[in-house]
Amino acid sequence: MISVLGAGVAGLCAATALAERGLSVEVIVPEGAPDPASNLAGGMLAPFCEGESAPEVVVARGQAAADWWAARVRGVVRRGTLVVAPPRDAAELDRFARATRGHVWATPAELEPELEGRFARGLYFADEAHMDPRAAMADLRAGLAELGVAFHCGAPSGLIVDCRGLSAQDRLPDLRAVRGEMLEVSAPDVALTRTVRLLHPRFPCYIVPRGDGRYMIGATMVESARSGPVTARAVMELLSAAYTVHPAFAEAEVTATGAGLRPAFPDNLPAIRQDGDRIHLNGMYRHGFLMAPVLAEELAQMLIQEPAHAD
Amino acid sequence: MFYNTDLTSRLMLGTARYPSPAVLKQAIVASGAEVITVSLRREGAQGTAFRELLAESGCRLLPNTAGCYSAREAVTTAQMARELLGTSWIKLEVIGDPDTLQPDPFGLVEAARILCAEGFEVFPYTTEDIVVGERLIEAGCKVLMPWGAPIGTGQGLRNIEGLRSMRAHFSDVPLVIDAGIGAPSQAAMAMEMGFDAVLLNTAVANALDPVAMAAAFARAVEAGRQAHVAGLMPRRDMATPSTPVFGMAELA
Repeated sequence: MISVLGAGVAGLCAATALAERGLSVEVIVPEGAPDPASNLAGGMLAPFCEGESAPEVVVARGQAAADWWAARVRGVVRRGTLVVAPPRDAAELDRFARATRGHVWATPAELEPELEGRFARGLYFADEAHMDPRAAMADLRAGLAELGVAFHCGAPSGLIVDCRGLSAQDRLPDLRAVRGEMLEVSAPDVALTRTVRLLHPRFPCYIVPRGDGRYMIGATMVESARSGPVTARAVMELLSAAYTVHPAFAEAEVTATGAGLRPAFPDNLPAIRQDGDRIHLNGMYRHGFLMAPVLAEELAQMLIQEPAHAD
Repeated sequence: MFYNTDLTSRLMLGTARYPSPAVLKQAIVASGAEVITVSLRREGAQGTAFRELLAESGCRLLPNTAGCYSAREAVTTAQMARELLGTSWIKLEVIGDPDTLQPDPFGLVEAARILCAEGFEVFPYTTEDIVVGERLIEAGCKVLMPWGAPIGTGQGLRNIEGLRSMRAHFSDVPLVIDAGIGAPSQAAMAMEMGFDAVLLNTAVANALDPVAMAAAFARAVEAGRQAHVAGLMPRRDMATPSTPVFGMAELA
């Protein structure tokens, strides 16, 4: 038996990869455990864009994520990412282009007609995708149930795969919180079909379509463990960025706001860590949906090859 | 050099917007910086984890009041910084305009007066305005940090003549060029002009390779300082041949 602790994106991906290999798996979420940070994720599968600040390993390995998700959940939209910048920050686009690969220069309005007349040029990352993270996690849970994986809040009965996110700080002293804030809006007047990233020297943001005129706007990055609600500043920054992309966002209804804490290691890279006979899958930072599947597969491979561990 | 603290390195580094704390740490090492700034306004008391990582670098922390738009906010942030970090050093920023992040000289002087009276050692982020500088000194500041250009713009020294006058006017006051430096050549120029140090963030943090860029800045700052000490030749309007024309042998 393998006991996966935590049912955020890391836990669900790990349980899925293990159960698919025929291992017997349980998922444990203790009572009173905080909601997983993954609930608030953008759901972007954007390895190339992440390369702007993430090292090559995220770009290279993250490319497998879209196929992994598409094989297991509904709603993976493969329409790429469009990156734009306000005219006065055009130099940011050139920097982004130099820092990333997998893109072509594009006329934004040709990809997203709604952006007509607003941005002269943009970068198009054709091989990226997005999805609704909560729907995707619900599908993974359903898939796990079909594979006979039990979810409970009792004591673990097997090898522990610890995917508790920030709660694992009790065993991972170098795990820290990076606060993120996001908004969900309903903007039926706006018809964007793919993720749009707005580059800005101070308030970069992305807008992810969630279907039916709903959009997720994210996300701040604050080096803080404060878990309270979104700040007015974050709302102002995110909304003004969204407004820059499309003025009709001014008429949007703000349907939800969220603030969560991303678990991160000092190098901001998700990792598998051995800790006695416990294995951690943690430090998802802002790469959970991108890197959890990759690391989950690696972990499952490890456990298959070392059956002694998986008693 | 700065409030009775002597430093070997004349490069100070900001710590925002690096790809990761791990990269930041390597960049600090590569830069040789002994002073790093840390912002508190947004992170608050619960930004401990990041600040602990910064403390591990062994550098002296210079907390700042970035993001404050009034003297009062800046004073509160400074007090919080002293409490959290146990240092009386404070880089005082009172922003007057959200677009250019230009300092508000009125709020700055007001906050500096309050903080100096409370025993803080204030590093005020100011413009090259000499009168504002005088008021800050009068308020008790023993260092001035004039901008090169607006924060994050990388425009370098936008008002070279103004900065030259400031350097000449405050010949005994440590002056640090803070903000606007985008390239090592600009940092070198500031040092050649006789500024005591430069403080920068974006130019390193946003480089494609921050660690290599930190090293480049370290060399530029050192070269500029060395040139200043060595004494630069004056600019001349006409060419002066290094070999005299008269008295040369006629080899025809």
